[in-house]
Amino acid sequence: MNIAIVGGRVIDPARGLDTTTSLFVQDGVIAGLGEAPAGFMPGRTIDAQGLVVCPGLIDLRARLREPGLEHKGTVETETHAALAGGITQLCCPPDTNPVMDTPVAAQWLIDRAQSLGGARVRPIGALTRALSGTHLADMHALHRAGCVGVGNALVPIKDTAVLRHALEYAAGLGLLVFLTPEDPWMSPVGVIHEGRMATRLGLAGIPESAETIEIARALMLIEEARVRAHFCGISSARGAALIAEAKNRGLAVTADTPIHQLYVTEDDIGIFDTNYRLRPPARTAADRDALRAALAAGVIDALCSDHQPHEADAKERPFSDAEPGIAGLETLLPLTLRLVELNTLTLKDALAAVTSRPAALLGIPEGTLGTGRRADICIYNPQATWTPTTASVRTRGCNSPFYGTLMRGQVMVTIQGGRIAYERSEPR
Amino acid sequence: MMAAQPGNAHRLRHFLTTEDLSGGAISEILDTAESFISVGEREIKKVPLLRGKTIVNLFFEASTRTRTTFEIAGKRLSADIININTSVSSTQKGESLLDTVRNLEAMHTDLFVVRHPLSGAADLIARSVPSHVHVVNAGDGRHAHPTQGLLDMFTIRRYKGDFRRLTVAIVGDVLHSRVARSQIHALTALGTKEVRVVGPRSLLPAVVETLGVSAHTDMAAGLSGADVIIMLRLQFERMSGALIPSAGEYFDLYGLTRERLALANKDAIVMHPGPMNRGLEIASDVADGPQSVILPQVTNGIAVRMAILARLAGASAAEGRTP
Repeated sequence: MNIAIVGGRVIDPARGLDTTTSLFVQDGVIAGLGEAPAGFMPGRTIDAQGLVVCPGLIDLRARLREPGLEHKGTVETETHAALAGGITQLCCPPDTNPVMDTPVAAQWLIDRAQSLGGARVRPIGALTRALSGTHLADMHALHRAGCVGVGNALVPIKDTAVLRHALEYAAGLGLLVFLTPEDPWMSPVGVIHEGRMATRLGLAGIPESAETIEIARALMLIEEARVRAHFCGISSARGAALIAEAKNRGLAVTADTPIHQLYVTEDDIGIFDTNYRLRPPARTAADRDALRAALAAGVIDALCSDHQPHEADAKERPFSDAEPGIAGLETLLPLTLRLVELNTLTLKDALAAVTSRPAALLGIPEGTLGTGRRADICIYNPQATWTPTTASVRTRGCNSPFYGTLMRGQVMVTIQGGRIAYERSEPR
Repeated sequence: MMAAQPGNAHRLRHFLTTEDLSGGAISEILDTAESFISVGEREIKKVPLLRGKTIVNLFFEASTRTRTTFEIAGKRLSADIININTSVSSTQKGESLLDTVRNLEAMHTDLFVVRHPLSGAADLIARSVPSHVHVVNAGDGRHAHPTQGLLDMFTIRRYKGDFRRLTVAIVGDVLHSRVARSQIHALTALGTKEVRVVGPRSLLPAVVETLGVSAHTDMAAGLSGADVIIMLRLQFERMSGALIPSAGEYFDLYGLTRERLALANKDAIVMHPGPMNRGLEIASDVADGPQSVILPQVTNGIAVRMAILARLAGASAAEGRTP
């Protein structure tokens, strides 16, 4: 169907574009900006006055929970939750059950999301077989099956020699490697940042060095292997500083941080609030502020939801037994926009952090509204306020400290591959 | 999030931590405990304050002293007591903690006394029970053991009087100690002149100074001029990794011997929340010596626990007593 999006504020960070105009979609691609292509007959006209029209969001890390943990979420529920959040593409870590370490598994996931009409899934293949940390996975086959890169999810590779070989092998194939900076010995023991709150609540701490040591170890190997590497979930000021230093040295590294990491601090845990059981942990206010600055400076390239949906029971446990993570697909956009209110970023840069910048580091052509590109578009109302609740969100995840709090910025329409994949039903 | 434990001692619904209790609130509980000391010395050791109330001692972790003194405290208040001892590991699947509690609650329990190996377990239960049900924390992980904290305050007050003139040294495995945390909060609330923690750096919490104490790794400096020495048990069951080299080296550096005790004030008292590891953190002749108040601590535990149970579940009677 041909779609005309009329009179919206079109922002395309990749091209530095921010102007009120119309956008035309034809045959699944963006066919024109400002002026309709010759003979264009819209099957649908969207009045976008007062709305922002931007590229569909690209989420670098979202867990769908299928296969293996369908009680927490399925490809169907979570990819449609993504669309409701304006996300048209998402990267899915390989820690499914079974692990995403075969081309068949990767192909199944991509096809499943497509057949269900959800956001497009770009799996991250396993770096080592079954995430074992001992044998390399068939990276080439995974890549050919559609994996956007490889990684070992939250399972650290303890054996440095194995990690080194994995990086070398991936480098030879030109693959992007996703690394989670967690020291295999110190991280699993703790449940919150090692600081004031760990001391007060008697919870085992995760020291800052659990992150910085793993970044440092990985950087040395990345430099030798000359591999493209992406660090997932930087949580500390010192961690961001190490990334900055590596970039200055000219290493091909990028980094993201989950959007919630720019808001939460260890103090939010209060009296054992398991919604703040996170991985990486919420650290100090100084860390949070440093992460915001690192994002503004481009040291941190992109934001992601780090979506980890859980059933209610997974959080109704003693703190250290509660499962970590936030269900964040539907709050990614409004929390990103909040950075503009806080004067951390301009609107264009904020949107870049969830569109063009993740696209660039993944090396995919989307994340822009250029003519001829795949029509992945998010249309949102920048003024509308809403309150996410367990009942109102589409994700199956019951876990977010942002539920019950006011969000500004609401997705009205999500277009994916030229098709209206999500449309907010209530009249505005 | 709503605080599960309101700070006002008059209207305590749960007793989960000594944090946020004011010095005045603590003193009131200790005063009530004083009045219960005599009950234990009578021929008929019972008062009817909790008659008809059902208390469940729900222990997910082994305990002798705490469970027994809670049981005696409840019985002396005429409550019906049921003991449930169940060992759980955090990874063991099966009935969830809250399901266990909900089942027991369906049997019309009025008050739960809970011990659990994980920090925050008592708070979790307190948030889930209906408003007429009370929860007392009998120890949750490394977080809090507030009745132990208060019975230690009771003991210190009986032997040493005014907290504002006291230097208290808490020695040993502070990192894993819920008792230490509860003592520290209570001691600072009561205006104690100086609270020190003493131990190997690997057994002190990362930023322990934020709790309002000074940290010492040198035993002599830590004990010098102390009025109260509280020895903590080495919590091997909670330790992971290489925290200390050996029991022998630990005793060499931090064991409380008579020579070391001499560094403290002459009339210093020696306390230990139990169970003691003789020859590991404390020498036998100190544990059994004239300055030791370790056994009176146990006796006092009954009166303090009676005071807390009565304040929670026997609200009308207890409130009638306080000014």
